[in-house]
Amino acid sequence: MGAVKLLFVVQRPPYKSENPRLALTHALASQTAEIYMDEGDSVVPTVAFVGDGVLNAVKGQQAMKTYGVTSTESHIKGCLMTDVPIWVCKEDMERLGLKEDQIVSDAEDMGGADISTKFVSFAEIQKEMESVKHLLFF
Amino acid sequence: MAELTLGVFPSLVGSMSLDFSFKLAEAAIAKGHKVNMWLSGNAVMMAKKGQKAFKDYSHLEKRMKELMSKGMEITVCEACAEARGYHKEDVPEGMKRASMDWYLAKTVKTDRLLHIGGE
Repeated sequence: MGAVKLLFVVQRPPYKSENPRLALTHALASQTAEIYMDEGDSVVPTVAFVGDGVLNAVKGQQAMKTYGVTSTESHIKGCLMTDVPIWVCKEDMERLGLKEDQIVSDAEDMGGADISTKFVSFAEIQKEMESVKHLLFF
Repeated sequence: MAELTLGVFPSLVGSMSLDFSFKLAEAAIAKGHKVNMWLSGNAVMMAKKGQKAFKDYSHLEKRMKELMSKGMEITVCEACAEARGYHKEDVPEGMKRASMDWYLAKTVKTDRLLHIGGE
């Protein structure tokens, strides 16, 4: 079967529901999914934030201090550190008045990642939706 | 015969989405397809055996057992269950518990994945 591409599309805002966290933790689980797969098979996830979901990627979240739970910011950094691509929709950032420097783009404070957040148009996300084997909406 | 994997996230009580997931699974099995079901998020409510059936609330334990007896594989997210206080000994007979990588691995071989999101 080889590598299977998955796209996790996160459209809900953070902390209002469990969905964004579940999208990120499921995407991260791709790192250990091999124990259930045949040799040579793998899953290759990408996480895309669209609509109000882009709020999940805002920097400086204080979830641990406020709610006593890990932040979606820390999970995004975890994804970057394990080479799970993070995409954020440019049009939705603009709609919400967010600039690139307000978005989590690296994991420097966690030791650094080889990849960084990509700011992409919705058209690019749509193209990816058409190319993946499975699409998972959160 | 095809293989269908359902990723199910809504709670048993609060919406009819979980009921829908089981109805869909039942229809697919009746057509001869193989069905796998991943229960995560609030859907892990299914991982507590002995729930009382009231007519005001959805109750799926009986249907779930029937589907499992017809070959449906049901696995519940271990972390989501533990976070809600549903432990290994609470799990209905035949249901498995695993981490999220079980679901990710199923996406490789399954013909269709239907992700039924939570609240």
